Amino acid sequence: MSLDRYHLRLFTPGRLVVALAGNPNTGKSTLFNRLTGLRVHTGNWPGKTVVRNEGLCVRGGREVVLVDLPGTYSLLASSPEELIARDFVCFGRPHASVVVVDATCLERNLNLVLQMAEITPRVVVCLNLVDEARRKGIQVDPAALEEGLGLPVVPTVARDGAGLDVLMERVIGVADGRIQPAPRIPAYGCYLEACIEGLSGQLKDLVDGQISRRWVALRLVEGDETIISSLAAFAALRLPPPGRTGETGDPEAGG
Amino acid sequence: MPLPSGGPVSAELRRIQESYRDAAAGGHDVRDHIVGSIYRRAREVAGRAVSRDGSRGRLDWERRLDDVLTSRWAGIPVMLALLGVVFWITLAGANVPSELLGRLLFGFQEVLSGLFRAAGAPAWLHGVLVLGVYRCVAWVVAVMLPPMAIFFPLFTLLEDLGYLPRVAFNLDSLFRRAGAHGKQALTMSMGFGCNAAGVISCRIIESPRERLIAILTNTFVPCNGRFPTLIALAAVFFGGAGAAATAGTGATYASVAATGVVLGLIVLGVLMTLLVSRFLSRSVLRGEPSAFVLELPPYRVPQVGRVIVRSILDRTLFVLGRAVSVAAPAGALVWILANVTLGGQPVLLCLGRLLGPLGRLMGLDGFILTAFVLALPANEIVLPVLLMAYLGVGSLLQFEGLTALRSVLAAHGWTWLTAACAMLFSLMHFPCGTTLLTIFKETGSHRWTALAALLPTGVGVAACIAVAGLVRLVSHLLG
Repeated sequence: MSLDRYHLRLFTPGRLVVALAGNPNTGKSTLFNRLTGLRVHTGNWPGKTVVRNEGLCVRGGREVVLVDLPGTYSLLASSPEELIARDFVCFGRPHASVVVVDATCLERNLNLVLQMAEITPRVVVCLNLVDEARRKGIQVDPAALEEGLGLPVVPTVARDGAGLDVLMERVIGVADGRIQPAPRIPAYGCYLEACIEGLSGQLKDLVDGQISRRWVALRLVEGDETIISSLAAFAALRLPPPGRTGETGDPEAGG
Repeated sequence: MPLPSGGPVSAELRRIQESYRDAAAGGHDVRDHIVGSIYRRAREVAGRAVSRDGSRGRLDWERRLDDVLTSRWAGIPVMLALLGVVFWITLAGANVPSELLGRLLFGFQEVLSGLFRAAGAPAWLHGVLVLGVYRCVAWVVAVMLPPMAIFFPLFTLLEDLGYLPRVAFNLDSLFRRAGAHGKQALTMSMGFGCNAAGVISCRIIESPRERLIAILTNTFVPCNGRFPTLIALAAVFFGGAGAAATAGTGATYASVAATGVVLGLIVLGVLMTLLVSRFLSRSVLRGEPSAFVLELPPYRVPQVGRVIVRSILDRTLFVLGRAVSVAAPAGALVWILANVTLGGQPVLLCLGRLLGPLGRLMGLDGFILTAFVLALPANEIVLPVLLMAYLGVGSLLQFEGLTALRSVLAAHGWTWLTAACAMLFSLMHFPCGTTLLTIFKETGSHRWTALAALLPTGVGVAACIAVAGLVRLVSHLLG
């Protein structure tokens, strides 16, 4: 398990690992506290002085280790926090990820959701602060959002705990593979797409089948310097027997 | 199929990246294109999912509030007024509980002394543990706990309301003009909490040049550890706390005056931050400021109960715990220094004499400087160490809150000028040990760390000498 690299204190075989991402000020911490209560372990991200909280949440007989990622606006790796969040979702390979979005300013928050969905399809959107949005006269249609993103969307009010049962039900469903989201990721025009495709082909032998090669190719094409060092660092410790590498670009393979 | 390990993988990936760089027109254009596509998709999806009511009353209300709070003309005055109210409540409210705590804790000292005598403990043990450790800790608690218990919850409330990003917004253009990064307004605000945390928060500034400027100037704003010192001195020397005849309207005026002094110090700290940033960006750290996007989060009604609990648990007790854990050994050390003699004189007295000339030049005295040096581990203990030094060498005095503070200091020749210079030096001197260590970790350089200590100390010494000299000159001329 590549989760080993992250030395999660609460992780034991059989428990699910779920990453919690979101912009700052979306009520992410409130959600984390609500779901985990007092069963929280605080430490640092490996090699970084950024605080990491992990907590245990038990729902429907399943034990879920929630990993609170630093609050970020994007996953473009332009700060240590963004790098941590990105690397954990990509290389830590949590069973599912939750992106908390603020219903009062949805558009800005969706950038993170889309970037997340490029790395992994196992994303559930937690549409938080719907009460505040309603008070401001903003109505968000979860079904339309679900349709537009291709991801499960659950409206919540983390402060009161409303919607959290449904949220965890969907999260566990995605983690178990019972729900298989098909995110609608933007295409980048035929020229760039051709580059990405060509590059993905060359990555077959270099990048594990469980990591989205399309996403790695995108980062390489845009000249991201951090992706190579991250890949090299994580390539050093090999994942489960790579018997299935190279046949599909589907990051779900063998998950 | 075995996969190549670390080294070859990177080399191979880099080769692939290079081969595609030209094809994809390389670098930023591609990134802009990718980010642009994501933003467009986000707008599209949000546009389909979000609908707004006709009225939108609250949004307008919020926007109008922001128009005032972040406007050119009202932004900074409103900010100062809000801070002023917070300090006034703190100053006006801290006096009585401080007195009560002092009486309680020093009453218990009698009990402790009695126990030691009854147990037949040697005098030095009683000295180190009761007169040293216990007394120093008691002072820290009595002087610091009440102001902190009032100030932190109030400050956290402002934070929870979503006001702090507005402060950063107001100050952004000033920092830009000083050649620094606008985000330095945020790291500076963090410094008001704790300079070590402020230095760590400088990581949000991407450009190394601007990050260094922010790190080097972070100590120019007073941290949690220094606020109680400033507040206590302001209350005693400018607010009339502890003076015999302050009642009714007199007391109100006095606490307003003390508030003005503390506010003035904060403004001075911010001005010095800007001035030194400007100096750095014109000399050792030349360059252009870079732009960034600052988000103004929505206003939220704070969860008052939780704020109070959290700020007392997270901040008040944390700072107090740190202060007490440093105060205990410092108390023992000071007692030992005051009672071990060197050539017939207590070591502490020698130290005080040694630093005396410089201290007097700065409007202070040798003991005050000694206290600042001994309080290097934590700024919180400057006053307690100073009181220990005065009392350890001189006579024994009961401490009962701010009244006693005033009488002890006055007995050792303090005037309002001494207090003013002490506050100036507290505002501008070397950062505490933790902060220095943090600066070293963040910059990885002894030289920048040394500069971070020398810069504020130099400015502080110069400011004290100038103020003391000027005041003495004026009073001399006036006869």
